[in-house]
Amino acid sequence: MDPILENSITLERMLALYEANRQVLSADDTPILSGIRENAFISLGKLRFPDTKMEAWRHTDLKESLGRGYDYYLHPTKETDIQKVFRCNIPHLDTAIIGQLNGWYVSKDVPLMELGNGIIMGSLAEAKKKYPALIEKYYGQAAHDTEEVFTALNTAFEQDGVFIYVPAGVKSPKPVQMINVIQHPENIFLQSRNLIVVGDDAQLSLVHCDDSYNHQGSFSNIVTEVFLGRNAYLDHYKLQNINNNSTLISSIYFKIESAANLESHYLSLNGGLLRNNIRALFNGPHGNANLYGLYLMDRKQHIDNHVVVDHASPECTSNEIFKGILDENARGVFNGHVLVRRNAAKTDARQTNKNILLTDNARINSEPFLEIYHDDVKCSHGSTTGQLDTEAMFYLRQRGISEESARMLLMFAFADEVVAKIAIPQLRQRIEDMVKKRLQGELRICEQCVLHCSTPEKPLEFRVDVSKI
Amino acid sequence: MLLRIKDLHASIHGKEILKGVNLEVNKGEVHAIMGPNGTGKSTLASVIAGREVFEVTAGEILYQGKNLQKLAVEERAREGIFLGFQYPVEIPGVSMTNFMRTAVNEIRQYKGLDALSGSDFMKMMEEKKKLVEITSNLTNRSVNEGFSGGEKKKNEIFQMAMLEPTLAILDETDSGLDIDALRIVANGVNKLRRPDNAFVVITHYQRLLDYIVPDFVHVLFEGKIVKSGGKELALELEDKGYDWIKNEQL
Repeated sequence: MDPILENSITLERMLALYEANRQVLSADDTPILSGIRENAFISLGKLRFPDTKMEAWRHTDLKESLGRGYDYYLHPTKETDIQKVFRCNIPHLDTAIIGQLNGWYVSKDVPLMELGNGIIMGSLAEAKKKYPALIEKYYGQAAHDTEEVFTALNTAFEQDGVFIYVPAGVKSPKPVQMINVIQHPENIFLQSRNLIVVGDDAQLSLVHCDDSYNHQGSFSNIVTEVFLGRNAYLDHYKLQNINNNSTLISSIYFKIESAANLESHYLSLNGGLLRNNIRALFNGPHGNANLYGLYLMDRKQHIDNHVVVDHASPECTSNEIFKGILDENARGVFNGHVLVRRNAAKTDARQTNKNILLTDNARINSEPFLEIYHDDVKCSHGSTTGQLDTEAMFYLRQRGISEESARMLLMFAFADEVVAKIAIPQLRQRIEDMVKKRLQGELRICEQCVLHCSTPEKPLEFRVDVSKI
Repeated sequence: MLLRIKDLHASIHGKEILKGVNLEVNKGEVHAIMGPNGTGKSTLASVIAGREVFEVTAGEILYQGKNLQKLAVEERAREGIFLGFQYPVEIPGVSMTNFMRTAVNEIRQYKGLDALSGSDFMKMMEEKKKLVEITSNLTNRSVNEGFSGGEKKKNEIFQMAMLEPTLAILDETDSGLDIDALRIVANGVNKLRRPDNAFVVITHYQRLLDYIVPDFVHVLFEGKIVKSGGKELALELEDKGYDWIKNEQL
């Protein structure tokens, strides 16, 4: 089947496409879900695509990204050779793998896995059909369709993505790894939607990878809603490793119930333009959210972390540590908004953004923003931008270490504060190796799948071994 | 001759600190450089080590016959020059093991030697720790991070033991040390003394020299060495104070 769009992405085009394809888009929807979709379309009509006059997009210009031509499909792109979907080879990392190709859930023979312990994982489209009540309970309850144009666009158009449900009291015995591979012979536009539910007292470790597998351009508009039940625990990793022709708008919404604990890590290692919209809402008291970011950018790469932590409940704690190393002409943006609402007594919110600029042409815009409506709170923020510590450089070189090695040691040490927070040892080891390679410029050599460092010629496969979960 | 400094002038941000220093150090010798605060003692150490913020405006430093100004900081270090820092730098995220292993192996590579294996290196770390009486577990800690003042100074001596320099310059290694730490630091130096190496010990107080007995004592005042003598000069300074030197110079 042909793409429904072979052009640049404009709001007018998307609105027209929606009207022309309404039936196809909502094929798997219940009436309630269809209503959410229709409302998103109405919101979309009232919103505008970002421009740099908008405060939230002042330092991130999407004009060029949107202006490239893309193919957009309303069905999985069959012409892509499914044999070439790769195997993730982090050594000894035993995970349950969920694969997506160009935003569509792969392995259609098992569209939804239902495990003995009650965990459900697989295709969101399939889950809408099979568990409509469960999906309706959560879907659209965390995302902001009325305010954020890319979220509304995603809600109006999404047809598939990943659904993970960990029922109350269940502890997922091993990490779940979501791998979204982008591979298409033409530039491609994709909008997948993920829904993650970690029930009351439940636990999940989730590694979420975005990879591109060739040099072809792409524009991904991905929305992920995450619900943490009372006293739930989620350890979440977002690994971003796409090619320089790719744009990724990743919007993730966490709704955190009382006493739930979130650890969320954003490791951005490569990408043309990356925008992380991270929204964490405390929907009950005593919640905790630790958000860690590490971005290593060079050439003309652009990274924008836009973080909003909404302390809407009392006695919650949040801690943000975002660190970046920007080389050559890379551009970084950190926008951290901490909102402490009137009822949020005894909030403890901390925020740190540190950057190293390796060249005069690298740039960072760091904008912390604390908005506090309660007196009895502890809030702090700090932002530093600089070069490598000259005292430390001298100290290392005085011991006989070359300037190059000394720089590497210091950059790695800078990154290590974030890398050290990775709780899965094998993943931490792997990320340490990748950060080293990235800093040494070695990852440039294999620009495609920099996460896996395997050869693209190799046959690839998704392996899901249900018995091990 | 190991080190020959001739009429050395050095400035920082256009301000002249060293105003014609002359000093000769032979292998097997221990030299003490004393003097009031702010007279250029630390500057002299930094200039020998090659800290780039200082500009040598006149004179020269010859080390084993080589003009040091042509060598980068790390090349001087690989040629055997070690600087014990007055204020050792904390480097969070760089482990002592990784730091020392990189240093030892880059120096070995410079000398045309093979890199040490992991096990040989760890063995060396343990030996040198014993030598300088370090009992705590250094290996997994970041360089100087969270170290007490005494631990930092002991760590300097430990690094010196690891790198086995030919010329070690210790810049106020005694400052801020209690008597036990001072003894450990001094013992480390004494154990490392050999006929084929030399030490330049910079200190404000005579106290350290009770433990590290110098062959020569020099007084640096206003950017010049104004007095040199044997170890008795240190006692004389202790007795009469630096005002004695100041008055003599006026």
